[in-house]
Amino acid sequence: MAVGIESKQEADQASISTEAIHAALVAGQRPKPASGFSACLSFAWRSMLKIKHVPEQLIDVTITPVLFLVMFVYLFGGAVAGSTSDYLQYILPGLLVQSVLFTTVYSGMSLNTDLTKGVVDRFRTLPIWSSAPLVGAAFGDILRYVLAGLVVIVAGLIMGYDAANGVVGILLSIGLVVVFAFGLAWLFTTVGLLMRSPSAVMNTGFMCLFPLIFLSNIFVEPSTLPAALEWFVGVNPISHLVTAVRGLMAGSADGGDISLVFAEAAVLTVIFVPLTTRLYRTRS
Amino acid sequence: MLAIETHGLVKTFGETRAVDGVDLSVERGSIYGVLGPNGAGKTTTIRMLATLLRPDAGSANVLGLDVASDSGEIRRRISMTGQIASVDEELTGRENLRLLGKLLGLGRKGAAGRADELLEGFGLSDAAGKLVKHYSGGMRRRLDIAASIVVTPELLFLDEPTTGLDPRSRNQVWDIVRALVGQGTTVLLCTQYLDEADQLASRIAVIDRGKVIAEGTPAELKSSVGKSVLHVRLSDAATRDEAERVLVQELGTEAIEAADQAAVAVGVPNPDRAAEAVGVLADTGVEIAGFSLGQPSLDEVFLALTGHAASEIDQDGEVM
Repeated sequence: MAVGIESKQEADQASISTEAIHAALVAGQRPKPASGFSACLSFAWRSMLKIKHVPEQLIDVTITPVLFLVMFVYLFGGAVAGSTSDYLQYILPGLLVQSVLFTTVYSGMSLNTDLTKGVVDRFRTLPIWSSAPLVGAAFGDILRYVLAGLVVIVAGLIMGYDAANGVVGILLSIGLVVVFAFGLAWLFTTVGLLMRSPSAVMNTGFMCLFPLIFLSNIFVEPSTLPAALEWFVGVNPISHLVTAVRGLMAGSADGGDISLVFAEAAVLTVIFVPLTTRLYRTRS
Repeated sequence: MLAIETHGLVKTFGETRAVDGVDLSVERGSIYGVLGPNGAGKTTTIRMLATLLRPDAGSANVLGLDVASDSGEIRRRISMTGQIASVDEELTGRENLRLLGKLLGLGRKGAAGRADELLEGFGLSDAAGKLVKHYSGGMRRRLDIAASIVVTPELLFLDEPTTGLDPRSRNQVWDIVRALVGQGTTVLLCTQYLDEADQLASRIAVIDRGKVIAEGTPAELKSSVGKSVLHVRLSDAATRDEAERVLVQELGTEAIEAADQAAVAVGVPNPDRAAEAVGVLADTGVEIAGFSLGQPSLDEVFLALTGHAASEIDQDGEVM
């Protein structure tokens, strides 16, 4: 297949014969449109194709946590935790969370892109379940979360992270982060339907996430913080997720911590799925 | 049965009455043009008919179905090609068409076959595997129309399909639209170009500030400003009134308001007399910079119908 600008011009010189157009127009039977489930599958497929065609997005959000990992461990590790290897043990589960959660902002960005490019108009005039584009994308994005999580874990393992609970711990950790990310992504799809441009969605998303990421237990022991800050870190859902993931990775998971994460993901989903679908259907 | 029938269709956005009581009736199997400048309410009208917007008042029937209560069934039978090419730039042309084929129920294999057939027919086979963001404007537009006929619709909405295209691409799009109608599809075509409506549409509604201000065949519309128009450019704007008086008298017709201070435009019922009239004008001592005889432009049709230039219309009314 030819690539590049030259071939763009070339291809456009293709002559279009009336016969060829007529051949393409021969009307077949009007098929029964895809069921809600199969429409969702098609949209999930679309979402995965984008990871293939636009890998830059994935690289953007995974390089930052990997840089954080290297920088924090080797620069601050000794000062914060006494040794770089101890700090790596402490920080890796948190950076796994950070990496995946930043990726959820892209769900809002790509929905906004569809909106501004007019693709949403086409989907909304199709005879399919109206929420299928949203639900399908939400499930397709799970692959993105898993890839983002794996990149951080592999980087950590290379640096010498000791996963006490082995592969099972890693997989369960990624699973739990994905559950939370699924809920959080609906917040950003709502934002995606309210903003005027994809970059506005990105700015808003990162502005929401940055304080929550830093004011959590990802980087430091909350007990070392001033009381007010320690209180905030304690109620921050991201801290709850990080605590549960640390437990899963170390093999000392607490059922209560994990249930709390599920509950918080459920609350996000219950609030923002109806908001997103409603805005999607009515946005003019 | 009519393909589209609306009565008193209204859509307001805040203070703006974007569509202000539009009545349309569109025969099946034809191309119906909706002609107007930006902000006239064309896009809002088409979006209501394509079930994307709810009308605030009035009624609209599409293929005999009510847009308010039967939107699901309408969606099974229509397609829309929006003002901005509504294809996914981050997928290839082939993937775009396959996705739609699957959603419309052709199945995996059926969707793949239909995609190849359309790519071939629309001259996009060579670019099938390339991301749409690398397509030219004309290719994107053809893919967009192909996407609208993955399953041939009974009614196709085309919103300014050739805006921004070069003449060659524009002609290709026109050929495709004609072929579609040849297959029995009804097309509602929104355009700001009289030329385009003239080439394609069998009837035209001229829409301005949310209202239909004229309706008829292209010939009927043009005859409302005279069969042809004589444009005379003057060396000196001060001689404009004099020039206008002479031409009106010579041709026994009416002047058409022109935006240009140094130009006169008059309707010409009989083109044979035009050259003679220019001669008489030259004899009076008015210095002529140039002249031409042609079809009335959209601006002139507009001036004749509305008393204001198309370009004077504020853009506030244009709603996505």
